[in-house]
Amino acid sequence: MAEEGIMMRMKPAQPVLPDHALGLEITGMTKRFGAFTALEEVSIRVAPGSLHALLGENGAGKSTLVKCIVGFHPPDSGQIQVDGHEQAIRSPHDAHSLGIGMVYQHFTLVPSMTVAENLVMSRGDVPAVLDWSKERARLAAFMDTVPFRVPLDRPVSQLAVGEKQKVEILKQLYLQRRFMILDEPTSVLTPAEADEVLGMVKGLARAGQVTVLMITHKFREVTGFADEVSVLRRGRLAGSGRVAALTPAQMAGMMVGERELPQGRSQDDDAVQASLPRAQGTDAAPRLVLNELVVESDIGQPAVNRVSLAVRPGEILGIAGVSGNGQRELVQALVGQRAPRSGEIRVDGTPYRATRAEMRRHRVYSLPEEPLRNACVPRMSVAENMAFRNFDLAPLASGFWLRRGAMLAQAARWIGEFGVKTRGPGAAIGTLSGGNVQRAVLARELSWPVSVLIVANPVFGLDFAAVAEIHARILAARAAGAAVLLVSEDLDELLELSDRLVVISEGRLVHETATASADIDVIGRCMAGHGAEHQEEPA
Amino acid sequence: MNGPSTGRGPLGPAAEALLIPVGALVAAMLLFGLFIAMLGQDPLAVYGLIWQGGFASAFSWQNTLSRAAPLILTALCVAIPAQAGLMVIGSEGALALGGLAAAVTGHLLGEASPAGVKLAMAGAGMLAGGLWILLAGALRQYRGVNETISSLLLTYIAAALFNHLVEGPLRDPASLNKPSTDPIGTANMIGSIPGMDVHWGLIFGVAACVLAYLLVRHTTWGFALRVVGGNARAARLAGLPVGALVLGACFFGGAASGLAGMVEVAAVHGSANASLMAGYGYAGILVAFIARQNPLAIVPVAVLLGGISASGGMLQRRLDLPDATVLVLQGMAFLLILASETLYGRMRLFRGAEAGA
Repeated sequence: MAEEGIMMRMKPAQPVLPDHALGLEITGMTKRFGAFTALEEVSIRVAPGSLHALLGENGAGKSTLVKCIVGFHPPDSGQIQVDGHEQAIRSPHDAHSLGIGMVYQHFTLVPSMTVAENLVMSRGDVPAVLDWSKERARLAAFMDTVPFRVPLDRPVSQLAVGEKQKVEILKQLYLQRRFMILDEPTSVLTPAEADEVLGMVKGLARAGQVTVLMITHKFREVTGFADEVSVLRRGRLAGSGRVAALTPAQMAGMMVGERELPQGRSQDDDAVQASLPRAQGTDAAPRLVLNELVVESDIGQPAVNRVSLAVRPGEILGIAGVSGNGQRELVQALVGQRAPRSGEIRVDGTPYRATRAEMRRHRVYSLPEEPLRNACVPRMSVAENMAFRNFDLAPLASGFWLRRGAMLAQAARWIGEFGVKTRGPGAAIGTLSGGNVQRAVLARELSWPVSVLIVANPVFGLDFAAVAEIHARILAARAAGAAVLLVSEDLDELLELSDRLVVISEGRLVHETATASADIDVIGRCMAGHGAEHQEEPA
Repeated sequence: MNGPSTGRGPLGPAAEALLIPVGALVAAMLLFGLFIAMLGQDPLAVYGLIWQGGFASAFSWQNTLSRAAPLILTALCVAIPAQAGLMVIGSEGALALGGLAAAVTGHLLGEASPAGVKLAMAGAGMLAGGLWILLAGALRQYRGVNETISSLLLTYIAAALFNHLVEGPLRDPASLNKPSTDPIGTANMIGSIPGMDVHWGLIFGVAACVLAYLLVRHTTWGFALRVVGGNARAARLAGLPVGALVLGACFFGGAASGLAGMVEVAAVHGSANASLMAGYGYAGILVAFIARQNPLAIVPVAVLLGGISASGGMLQRRLDLPDATVLVLQGMAFLLILASETLYGRMRLFRGAEAGA
């Protein structure tokens, strides 16, 4: 009787959910945010019961696309057909009632509750009083339909990360979602856990229980598990096809774009080259040296694995790689935000631990990615943020005391020189636009003689004018003799700016080439983790 | 280039910082009035008595200022670590241990020159309080323990330690009804400010606030501290010693609270006993929040709250209300102040101009 009561109450709210894996077809989808076009005329067909991978660099539009599918963003134009019927998905609720669900990068489970409780609660229509014996029976019947086991009575906090990810996927099935979007499902998993979870997902798709669209950065997962792949690049569909018919190099090519080589400074930059003579020859002693550097990720995995490299004065060394292959941790170790586990960093031949005194002595400066988050205090003023490097030196300080007048004068000067658009030096830097925050940081970091410059994705999300200006500043620093390490996920940027390129894949440097003689196919293959010159793996 | 300020609200951020807490206090007073009316009393009469008891006469001002002195110092124990991004609420424990250390020092040095003894007592109190809050900072910095929880729990440990020592090994056998440490002696008491019946603790408090303000706003150490508090990642990028700065802020905050304990011992009680733990540490948290962690704003806010608590006795005598009544007002004020934190930057009235793209 109790069960009947529950069923009666549930029925009117519950739409008829599909009982088979859904096919989905997106046609001509466009999404703009203001003047920025995040998606342009993207068409993708996902066959029912397939595992479809969505590849692309950061900012290529993958997230925007799936947010349109699950109803977070209304697209400006374009259609979505579910199982051959056109559907208007205006909210996540619409998506759910069609049987479309999403597993987010971060867990959405309640850690202190058991798996069973999490599953039942996720239904959203639970009655005020739960009849657990009935629920348990229903859960048991449900578990019989899935080909894997999770401990239902264990609190989620006691599960391993891989198991949590399985529960997230299980939750989608329990909610009768038949089209499942996975947003980088393996980013917090170890490789072994990733293989297990993806194998399971593939099994579900094989069995026709669910169709899967998976956002990923990792070629290994595409070639290992996906049936089909679509590649986005700068908001457009760069290509798609059956995984079996594509090589990782072809996929990498779609992802980073086809281009003629040699590019960059070859002809049109000759004038710049002439006016910015290389300060030192290639035989000068390296200024920044990494020796077998190991840096751990947040979950204790070696994200940077025994990386050794050397950057000479007057040289830009570019580090190419697909996002999430250890670049973030490498940069954090170099700028002092993360302690390396082993190995060493040397600057000018002496060990370097990123203290303020060492930064000052060796003139090490940095332009980290997302400057507002990594290099600024949003609620402090532009003038104060500009003073982070020298607030404790004359003329900004006399002994222990700050001299606000000098700090404001410095800011006013740099605001003019670098064209920072702000209400004034006293405005909180958090109120500035991204390009102006980056200009303010540039002023702070590059108004000195610079010996070593660490740069990471310096123009991500900025408009064309800001990009050109920031690139010019980096080239000027090199011309003045700085050793520049440039980490970027944008291969165009690396080819344009760097003298030498190395490729990082799964935390290791797998390829090195002079930019002038770079082979884009080889670079693409190496980024995909299938390098021709893949060095011997150290044990 | 300075863009023209367009789309600016009628009032700027300075007005916001003043009007939001004042508004929250007014709302708390109104709610408190409702509470009084439910008790069958006239709210206006109660407001009048609070004014009389706290601020209407020289006598009530003396009472108010004597209570404000420890509040100012315990509020600094919240406000200084807050500059480094820490929310420390352990002032009560630091005050108790600071007072105990001062009392023991005062007794041990009893016969030396009074000026030297007072100085040593202040030093001992500040050291004890500082080290106590330093513990919370170290737990956070090196073991990732939430400093709010740990400082609160440390207060319970401090209270237990204090009671054990005062009732046991350090007890003056002559203190029969109320276990106390040996008296520091009248020569070593710090006495009143000339011409007032308010003890020197008030001057210590005001001086500490001015010092803290100068330290935070006008020194390189304070600047580094605010960078750490605003964004530890940016601080590391600039090579600042994040750990040392966090620990330093905790020590200074704890030292202020320890000094409050010394003042209570050397100006009021003459020895360390349970009267030290009268809730000044907890009320100081409220003071710091109303003052938005600004050391200079702490002084007037502490005077205001000192006045409210000074009026408790009068409410009891005249209206037969329990003397905890003013605690209800304090509690309501605290809740509304915390709730009003969410209003910053959200009210069109205070919106400044946004810079162009």
